[in-house]
Amino acid sequence: MAKIIVHQDAIKDRKEVVKVCPFFALEYENDELILNAACKMCNICVKRLPEVFEYVEDTLPEIDKNAWRGIAVYIDHIEGNIHPVSLELIGKAKEMAVRIDHPVYCLVMGDKVHDMAEELLHYGADEVFIYDKPQLYDFRIEPYTAVFENFINRVKPTIVLVGGTTVGRSLAPRVAARFRTGLTADCTTLDVQENTDLDQIRPAYGGNIMAHIHTPNHRPQFATVRYKIFNSPERSETKSGKLTSCSISDEFLISKINVIEIKKKEKLKSIEEADVIVVAGHALRKEEDLSMINELADMLGGMVATTRPLIEAGWTDPRMQIGLSGRTVKPKLIITCGVSGAIQFVAGMNSAEMIIAINSDPKAQIFDVAHYAIIGDIYEVIPRLIEKLKEFKD
Amino acid sequence: MNITVCIKQVPGTAEVEIDEKTGVLKRNPIDAKMNPYDLYAIETAVRLKEEKNAVVKVITMGPPYAKAVIKEAYMMGADEGCLLTDRKFAGADVLATAYALSQGITRMGDFDLIICGKMTTDGDTAQVGPEIAEYLQIPHVSNVRRIHEINEKSIIVEMDMAESVEIQEVQLPCLITVEKDIYQPRLPSFKLKLKTANRPVQIITFKDLDDKNVMHYGLYGSPTQVLRIFPPEPNTTSEHWEGDGEELGEKLAEKLKELKFV
Repeated sequence: MAKIIVHQDAIKDRKEVVKVCPFFALEYENDELILNAACKMCNICVKRLPEVFEYVEDTLPEIDKNAWRGIAVYIDHIEGNIHPVSLELIGKAKEMAVRIDHPVYCLVMGDKVHDMAEELLHYGADEVFIYDKPQLYDFRIEPYTAVFENFINRVKPTIVLVGGTTVGRSLAPRVAARFRTGLTADCTTLDVQENTDLDQIRPAYGGNIMAHIHTPNHRPQFATVRYKIFNSPERSETKSGKLTSCSISDEFLISKINVIEIKKKEKLKSIEEADVIVVAGHALRKEEDLSMINELADMLGGMVATTRPLIEAGWTDPRMQIGLSGRTVKPKLIITCGVSGAIQFVAGMNSAEMIIAINSDPKAQIFDVAHYAIIGDIYEVIPRLIEKLKEFKD
Repeated sequence: MNITVCIKQVPGTAEVEIDEKTGVLKRNPIDAKMNPYDLYAIETAVRLKEEKNAVVKVITMGPPYAKAVIKEAYMMGADEGCLLTDRKFAGADVLATAYALSQGITRMGDFDLIICGKMTTDGDTAQVGPEIAEYLQIPHVSNVRRIHEINEKSIIVEMDMAESVEIQEVQLPCLITVEKDIYQPRLPSFKLKLKTANRPVQIITFKDLDDKNVMHYGLYGSPTQVLRIFPPEPNTTSEHWEGDGEELGEKLAEKLKELKFV
């Protein structure tokens, strides 16, 4: 455990020293410079004025890290299908487990989940723990937390990985708090040290900074990871590992929540919410050709947007327009098809995470912001692209 | 009915820069503001108050100047406010923050419903709400996008799942975290500003809390530690592809697969 000590005698300029902290955590109390509640222990003061601020570590009783063994993955599922993020986490768990020679565990809870649990043996889990109860049919926080608690007490894993799904982001903090241990949300990099400490890197401040976090003296170490951050392992034809059925007493499965109804969600309405956007530009020759753009968007689970000329031509709805006079979007992927890239348009989409532009004019302005500039005719590139994507689906 | 809303003061801008040599945040005049997601939580509480004659209390943890967000909540219709502040709370991670807040909420008196925003714009974790619920031993529902009904005993809410919407009836007391499409937050009212100008803010410090074990708060009560912060790697990929249209189509399909969009 660490703290920052202020050497009062070393303060040269009493006014200036306060400005060292960007979080306004330095203030005077009874003439003495102190760190107030705003301190984030970022150590900026120590780096800037080491003569005044000193970082010291007190030694606390250390926990026995050897008492915690294995990397556990919580298996999220929707309507009997394993959520792919859980498979990605098994892949990551295996990668780390090899390094410290630990087993990989999976935790499956739900109603009639045995077949699904068995499927996990194709992905390299060493042991899959199953809690199969009718009360676990719907996700309700108290029974799910109770099962998780039962599992951790039984298995004592050193690391617990949970997918950053709606369920995972609700469940993981609840369980972590029950064990009074640390949880790092939305990690983008995970690695393990020889002493089983987990190195966790995550974005903060809306992705403007990255933080490297560890949990040095608590177990288990919880981390959540969003979908599509890590790679999914290949499914092997043969099974390995074993299934273990676990029991839990009904009294732990009582809930104050009653699930009344589950409705399918209506389709996304606005392009601002879409993760994937395909944009039709004015290289499109006739209105009917929009079907090609629609098909591509459907294949990628995305939405179609357009540029101003197409709106003016009356081919598309104004709500689909990107640009200064339309909407501003920030999707994970945007594919522009025959869009020249006027500044008014680019301003509405240039913060997309991945920009792929298709245009036959090598000098098109859109290529200045594209991560992948594809110089070609949309009428040649897109039909073949769609064909190939269909092959992948089959 | 008592409704408690947890709010937080965050930096006014997310544009933080890091000095590449020293690895520290560059000091820019960070102006502070209310976490934008908390406006939805306050709006939800005030709407319920207008319907059900409830008392809306807000609580925040932070340095003395975080009082500003409580004043802002007053201007939106909150009735009482409490600032949880003490040097002993400094350096708190999610767990220690949730614990201190749960202690503060208990200190503020009875509660039937606790409302939190979806997440903050500085930490981005969305974890504090569920952890508070755990410490208070009450049920919680995250990602609430609509409230159907509330009565003395329970609340019926819509939970936003990836592909579905789950309608749940939850017994009170409980905690919910609300999505930003639940209601459009109102602007702070000038009339309320004048009316609440002299309304006090209750200050709660370490010595006011039931649990006085310093090991449960601030840095000591935080299992996670930040080893370092650094700027993210910029996305510098910029490739130009030329060639036969069909080949480009195939190559693009392969690329989309590699980037996991397929």
